[in-house]
Amino acid sequence: MTPGRQVRIALLVLFLALIATPIAIKRLEARREVGKSKLDTSLALARYGFYLQEVAHASGINFVHQAPTLDHKLDHIMPQVASMGAGASIVDFDRDGWQDIYLTNSGEGSKNSLYRNMGDGTFKDMAGELGIADVNQPGTGVSMGAVWGDYDNDGYEDLFLYKWGRPEMFHNDGGRHFTRVTEQASLPAWVNANTAIWFDYDGDGLLDLFIGGYYSEDVDLWHLKTTRMMPESFEYAKNGGRKYLFHNLGGGKFEEVSAKVGINSRRWALAASAADLRGTGHQDLFVANDYGVSELYFNNGKQFHEVGEQTGVGFAPKSGMTAAFGDILNQGKYAVYVSNISEDGVLIQGNNLWVPKEGTSGDALRYENLARELGVEMGGWSWGMQFGDLNNDGTLDLYLTNGYVSADRNKSYWYDFSKVAGGNSTIIGDAANWPAMAGRSLSGYQQKRAWLNDGAGKFVDVAQAVGATDTYDGRSVVLADLWNRGVLDVIVTNQRGPLLIYKNTVTPANKWIDFDLEGTASNRSALGAEVKLFWNGRQQVQTVSGGSGFCAENQRRLHFGLGKDTQVDKAVIRWPSGRVQTIEKPVIGQINRIKEPA
Amino acid sequence: MSQFTGEPTLTPVGSALEVGERKKFRFDNRYVAPLFITGILLVGHLSYGILESYKKTALAIIAAIIVELVLGRIFFGKWLNLASAYITGISVGILVRSPAYWPYALCSVISIMSKYVLRVKGRHIWNPSNFGIAVLLFLAPETMAVLSIQWGNNLLPIVVIWTLGSIIIWRARRFHISVTYVVSFFLFAFLRSWITGDPWQSEVAPITGPMYQLFVFFMITDPKTTVRSRTGQCVVASCVALVEFILRLGQVVYAPIYALFLVGPAANLIEIWLDSHRQKSVLAATT
Repeated sequence: MTPGRQVRIALLVLFLALIATPIAIKRLEARREVGKSKLDTSLALARYGFYLQEVAHASGINFVHQAPTLDHKLDHIMPQVASMGAGASIVDFDRDGWQDIYLTNSGEGSKNSLYRNMGDGTFKDMAGELGIADVNQPGTGVSMGAVWGDYDNDGYEDLFLYKWGRPEMFHNDGGRHFTRVTEQASLPAWVNANTAIWFDYDGDGLLDLFIGGYYSEDVDLWHLKTTRMMPESFEYAKNGGRKYLFHNLGGGKFEEVSAKVGINSRRWALAASAADLRGTGHQDLFVANDYGVSELYFNNGKQFHEVGEQTGVGFAPKSGMTAAFGDILNQGKYAVYVSNISEDGVLIQGNNLWVPKEGTSGDALRYENLARELGVEMGGWSWGMQFGDLNNDGTLDLYLTNGYVSADRNKSYWYDFSKVAGGNSTIIGDAANWPAMAGRSLSGYQQKRAWLNDGAGKFVDVAQAVGATDTYDGRSVVLADLWNRGVLDVIVTNQRGPLLIYKNTVTPANKWIDFDLEGTASNRSALGAEVKLFWNGRQQVQTVSGGSGFCAENQRRLHFGLGKDTQVDKAVIRWPSGRVQTIEKPVIGQINRIKEPA
Repeated sequence: MSQFTGEPTLTPVGSALEVGERKKFRFDNRYVAPLFITGILLVGHLSYGILESYKKTALAIIAAIIVELVLGRIFFGKWLNLASAYITGISVGILVRSPAYWPYALCSVISIMSKYVLRVKGRHIWNPSNFGIAVLLFLAPETMAVLSIQWGNNLLPIVVIWTLGSIIIWRARRFHISVTYVVSFFLFAFLRSWITGDPWQSEVAPITGPMYQLFVFFMITDPKTTVRSRTGQCVVASCVALVEFILRLGQVVYAPIYALFLVGPAANLIEIWLDSHRQKSVLAATT
């Protein structure tokens, strides 16, 4: 039996149409993209409710990150290895009500900066004066990031600095000076860490500290004994740095308890964040790992149980770079965003937006990846991101930065990278086997993402249209209201690049409310406290975080956009101590400073 | 991927080998390859979670099977054996990497349809999944990539896959194709290292990855899309490695996929032309 000529022709036409389908899909998606024209502020305000203007230099900040120069055995791939260290954290270190910015630097001998917010639109670097600048001396390693937490509950945020090298702890002496207390805190001599967070895992009112190692702690990147220090696999590596959990004993003393409480991992951690995902009153711990699966640790206050595979977030291995929580659907539940790597035609991992599955909760909590469905999947070689209501419309948006190595625009290292990345551990694990980068770019000059939540389950990238037009190699993203105007400004660090401050202008039609919490029975920083806001039939939950995103920490203060609504029904605060406080009709358009009731 | 199991009526070439082999096995030889590849999939996934999701792989398999059933019915008036379509589908399910669902389905559909649409003198000239993957890689690079990372970091699974694959290929009398390709690949890898100055380990690295395990055992050995003679098959395998070598010098990431895409049909067309030329000569001689 042979089909007739007409059938054959019809089949051929169908075949050609199917082959053309990807082109049609591409065109359709291109139509949906927001125009990439130059910023038109009035148009951006009208369409998206906000726009961003880069004002770092105008604000007195001229910080440019310097990368380290590691052992010469890594010279041929130095840009790829020495690719992190531009971290940012927000703190009000002197309790003057204005958000300050701490920036890490990574050149040997380079200085970190603490930009004090002068309250008049300018910033002044106080790090040297306060004793927390000169922390990258040769032989001690270089900074990767910093997190702030009031570990002794004296009302002033203390500084923990994590490095590829000797981690450091500094006590904040009343906002006037910092005292190095590293030895007193019993910190390890050397950790190649790229993430740390403060959280009170056992609810004793004292902040504990999690540190996630990247390279193994026995590797001194300036004095390599061997070049076999690379990941043993691109997606299944378990030869990274160990994890530490320092239990706060009080009096500035800490005890390392990770093994005792069930945290045993040598995956390559790049980001961690904590939130109470099950309503137990204890913060669970999420760790995004490079070269492997993410890990989720359920915390019962005494022990941690790794449930990544069980919950769905730790099954398919990717290249986790960041982790942040956000109630993106205004359901009172946290979704988790993990950034990964995507490069057209080479590696399409896609970023993950893990959203709690309908009908699951508690220990039976399960997640599904809705990044594609919601439109926040493709972000290039993605690094730091944060959730925040950028236009105060009442839904959380997502700002993401990206780009790995921007060098020669016309030459790419991707071919050589992919060649080795797919190889056996004996090959990929040895830096000597990696071809020289020779000035080539690797996912460089990428456009950033400002994904605007439409409130109906879709995000649209408006970065170009609202003024986020840089193409540096972005690393950390932090959100803070730097001018106390009731909006979230976007602060972005760049590897080997300048600090960017995107000052946010939001349409005044959209209202807002902020909460600044202070614990009493709970830890004074109120880390782990939750505010669930109810207004006009809507709700949103946010938690006070001691570290979120990639090498980043947002402002303590919780910021809620309200859209056009001018009244909030109530705010329910659940403190880490377990106390639940309800505030009826809190005043909008202002910072509500709330002290935990006795 | 391999069409050991391909419907004989589609291409008579190579069927004699299969019939001969069938007698040696207690079960139909057509099912060896599907079982092997399914085994690889299951072991790889249960050990290392190699699949992005079961659903996507299932979608690729189901799409391939449905299209094979429909087109087989249209073209041959019967329900075809589905082992071939299964292999195409599962190969797409393993090799395609995309967060979206549609590339899995579309790649399978295009792959199977290519067998029916792109025919010369009754033969399809492309390996189906090679065709589908190459086309989508070219047209939808922003949505799709190919499995290019290692399955785990343990040497044992690789040794097991290479050993089992070699045995199966040897039983199917196609071991010479795989060996020729592998030897050629290594020779060209060292030559590339000499030319580019890159470490030789980086040049041989790709063949230690899972994509090559599937490529070596299932794609280049496909009886339906390679030439008949043993020598010719070895020449074709070497040519694939040669073209891949050239593409790699041009830094083409998926060089083997494109190399087979180019060399496979070229070899088939040459053989078809030679067959036709011979037939004409025979006819001329007899008349």
